[in-house]
Amino acid sequence: MVSFFLYLLIQVMLMKNLVLFNTAFCFFYVAFLLFLPIETGVLVLMVMGFVMGFIVDIFYDSLGLHASAMVAIAYLRNYWLVSITPQGGYDAGAAPTLAANGTQWFLVYSIPLILLHHFVLFFVEAGGFYRFGYTLLKTLMSVFFTVTVLILLQLIQPPQRRL
Amino acid sequence: MERLLRFFYEYRAFFSFLLLELICAWLIIQNNQYQGAAYFNSSNRLAANIIGFSQGVREYFSLRNINKQLAEENATLRRKLEQRNQSLFSLEMKELKDEAIINRYDYVSAKVVANSTNMLKNYITINKGKDAGIVPGMAAISSAGAVGKVKVVSDHFAVLMSVLNIDHHMSSVIKRTGHFGTIQWNGSDPRLVNLQFIPRHVQPLEGDTVVTSGYNAIFPEGILIGVIKHVTLSEEAPFYDIQVELAQDFGNLSFVEIVKSNLRNEADSLEALTKEPR
Repeated sequence: MVSFFLYLLIQVMLMKNLVLFNTAFCFFYVAFLLFLPIETGVLVLMVMGFVMGFIVDIFYDSLGLHASAMVAIAYLRNYWLVSITPQGGYDAGAAPTLAANGTQWFLVYSIPLILLHHFVLFFVEAGGFYRFGYTLLKTLMSVFFTVTVLILLQLIQPPQRRL
Repeated sequence: MERLLRFFYEYRAFFSFLLLELICAWLIIQNNQYQGAAYFNSSNRLAANIIGFSQGVREYFSLRNINKQLAEENATLRRKLEQRNQSLFSLEMKELKDEAIINRYDYVSAKVVANSTNMLKNYITINKGKDAGIVPGMAAISSAGAVGKVKVVSDHFAVLMSVLNIDHHMSSVIKRTGHFGTIQWNGSDPRLVNLQFIPRHVQPLEGDTVVTSGYNAIFPEGILIGVIKHVTLSEEAPFYDIQVELAQDFGNLSFVEIVKSNLRNEADSLEALTKEPR
């Protein structure tokens, strides 16, 4: 619960002001959903994603936009986790983090979900596909930025601590 | 009936997914309407205070610049006033006595609490709201030029639709030729906006000034918007493709003035009369 507000505050106070080259955004708050424990049910995920997205929307004045992207990845997260189960399965009660499963696994896990999130976000914001090139550029740059920040964050924190 | 319920229960994840996405779609559509619901946006008191705190930290570093801008604006206004007084003196013009015309526009100064330039739909949150007499639909200008119009207000805050919002249209005039068009942002470069609907027979030049037209009763007439940077005319197009460099740098916007148009109701109701079915 603490982490919910932590991600939210960092996102709206710090990351909102941090945009590189006018195209690369950092939607760091997605990590809250990605790092919830593996056993979390899909209904809980979706409700939490919706609430998180909704509050972020209030700060971005883009009602429904972040919420819809968050609900989309919350719905698909568990299916994706099942389909990329490493050999021997997940540890009970573990969170899907870099420390628990390794860098390569984490990239495979996070990139498609973050890509989907940013894709939904930017294309719904653009209201369609008629700014396709520019919107796609924004999506890809932001995915790169967000994933980099997520990995750096996990590398600098002490390994035994749980989020 | 039982089987139906079981079916729903079986696919509860999918159905709640659909339900939540439908709620989101409804919210997005609601929010796209100009003058939408006033509760869930950054004019919300708690949200505005949190953003205001981070803006306050950032603003601390640009105080010197803000001070300079305000001082320069003061000097410009004083010079204009003096020039006006001198010209009145030599022309011996009669002063206007009609209070309603003299006080046609009233200005409220407000501080920018939040601002963005990199989304497609940018909004600006300011620290004055209903209690300062601001209502949706009023224009916002700065010392440099046009900024946007008020979208929603709460008691102490208001959210402006920035000129850098792809849904923002603004009636404007090329000052030299007097032809009017529409200013709209194309969503990519925060320094450039497009001037649309300037017909082929006009000869706009690079460097021409573009100002507001005063045709919509929101913006006062003659507020600076920017300067024409590129003019292109493709073979078949009925209109020019004109890019205007904005006078106001939206990256360092700190104070805006909200324009209260006191005659707006009168103008609007007069215009409404012409649209009534006969």
